[in-house]
Amino acid sequence: MKSVFVYCEVENHKVAEISQELLSTGKKLATKLGAPLEAMVFGSQLGGIEGQISQYGVDKIFVADDKRLEPYRTLPHSAIATDVLKQEEPQIVLFGATSVGRDLAPRLASALNCGLTADTTILDIGDHFVKKEKKEYKDLLYAIRPAFGGSIMANIINWDQHPQMATVREGVMKKEIFDENYKSEIVEVDVNSIVSDEDFVVKIIERHIEESDVNLKEAPIIVAGGYGVGSRENFEHLEELADLLGGEVGGSRAAVDAGFIDHNRQIGQTGTTVRPKLYIAAGISGAIQHTAGMQDASMIISINSDPEAPINSLADFVIQGDLGVVIPKMIKFYKANAK
Amino acid sequence: MRPLKIVVLIKQVPDTRNVGPDAMKPDGTVNRGKLDTVFNPDDLHALELALNLKDRIPGTEVTVMTMGPRRAADIIRDSLYRGADNGIMISDKRFGGADTLATSYTLVRAIQKLPSYDIIMGGRQAIDGDTAQVGPQCAEKLGVPQVTYVEEIISITNDEVIAKRRLSKGVETVSSPLPCLMTVHGASPACRSKEAKRVMQYKYARTNSEIRKNDEFVKALHSKRPYLTIPEWGVEDIDADVTKIGLSGSPTKVKSVESIVLTANEAKVLSDSDLDIENMIKELIDHHIIG
Repeated sequence: MKSVFVYCEVENHKVAEISQELLSTGKKLATKLGAPLEAMVFGSQLGGIEGQISQYGVDKIFVADDKRLEPYRTLPHSAIATDVLKQEEPQIVLFGATSVGRDLAPRLASALNCGLTADTTILDIGDHFVKKEKKEYKDLLYAIRPAFGGSIMANIINWDQHPQMATVREGVMKKEIFDENYKSEIVEVDVNSIVSDEDFVVKIIERHIEESDVNLKEAPIIVAGGYGVGSRENFEHLEELADLLGGEVGGSRAAVDAGFIDHNRQIGQTGTTVRPKLYIAAGISGAIQHTAGMQDASMIISINSDPEAPINSLADFVIQGDLGVVIPKMIKFYKANAK
Repeated sequence: MRPLKIVVLIKQVPDTRNVGPDAMKPDGTVNRGKLDTVFNPDDLHALELALNLKDRIPGTEVTVMTMGPRRAADIIRDSLYRGADNGIMISDKRFGGADTLATSYTLVRAIQKLPSYDIIMGGRQAIDGDTAQVGPQCAEKLGVPQVTYVEEIISITNDEVIAKRRLSKGVETVSSPLPCLMTVHGASPACRSKEAKRVMQYKYARTNSEIRKNDEFVKALHSKRPYLTIPEWGVEDIDADVTKIGLSGSPTKVKSVESIVLTANEAKVLSDSDLDIENMIKELIDHHIIG
């Protein structure tokens, strides 16, 4: 039976969150297919890395350990992944929709001449009847993703040019350990037999990676607080909600001026202009200077004790109530209902 | 520094960022016909980066290339007004329905018709599909390195470029030999405006199929000023294998589409009760807004 394969991202000896999410989802797909789950991980000083991967129910792990493989560069990773995938011929290959996955996966799809669906949020297995061939294709990957500015969900399939590949959005799939004692077969990749000097022509001169880097512009979900939040401590609840939803925390100018939140998170005319999929405005009255920076959000939820707050006129949902009550309830009910 | 040959890949896209009330059908789904078309925003950033290199290195030539329906010639003219030297239109009904793999094959066949190139540029992604795949797929087919998410070109010599990349959690500075392919991030400088002088110069720039529909004045102008004619290439012009283009060259197919109903109505007013908040959270999850 052909396998489900996951490309794992690793930095500083740690398997990325998104890769753990993919392994969990990959296991579910593999179980439905009755197929093995395989993973590949490329980096430097990876001794013992399988300890972080096996537990997701991975049957076989390809490890390429070489100091030239970290940090990630396109050409060597692509050369090794192509080699492994040609050898294993999996049915499905998954990547994170990250800076790395979105750089690597299309290069591989071109090299393998196969289909790739970007930025999926739902993965499933199903059949498809091709009218032209009068033939039913069984057990295909359903790669489902928002498209057209989020106004439609499209189910993308690929029945004739395998593997079927997809990148998956971060923070959408749930991380679930399958079996802490699961044993994987480890395959050490002979890096030198695959890569050549040509694969290292692109050189990294400088690199600054900050885990805490604020990226409001790219955030699909923003939880923003205003003066009404009341204190820096209360902002921590907003942070908890934002983290849970895979979003970022922002603030109005009044909240920044009051010192509740850092300046680099300010949204509005004098801060950042954002267009997230969902904007949650907590204790923000909605002065023009703020709304100018967020009115293009696809959906807006306003939480305010003042029913007359100007921001309510922009909102899709208005929750009248106390933030101290509403935010913890949103966290609770999200945890209870998230799939 | 020798002059460079730069090709900028551009795309005309529906303006998915401005889905206004008139672009919605009564059932709340998007009416594509009512959406304006625009120059893909990231591609304008790529054009600016190319024009900036032209400012820095005398003699550099910037060629824009687009694959699309005939009306996409609008963005070629727009590019000429802003400072591009040439434009190439790749248009043929048989290219229609292409996914990113078939699109990259087609673009690469066209790029290979050019006498030479040093840098291929394009926007990081297009707002209609947000895939960010065509750039890397072209780079693989051309056999050149790719530098994705470029925010700034720090320096360039005869055979090497140093660029700053914008990653989701930071920045990275890399050097790459030429030729290479770059995809340009929206964090790079915005594109310069149209120049009045260039608008005058190029306002009658037309593709061959447009010329045929125009009057004698335009036809005469084109025989006098050949630079106004935008080359238009079809399947035979780029020697494309018909099994690798359009719908038949596309491994990915859309099985089904589910419309997300957009709420243009009045806000729903909720209390802070458990019931109200749980129902709202469930609705957001069901509509794929969260979770």
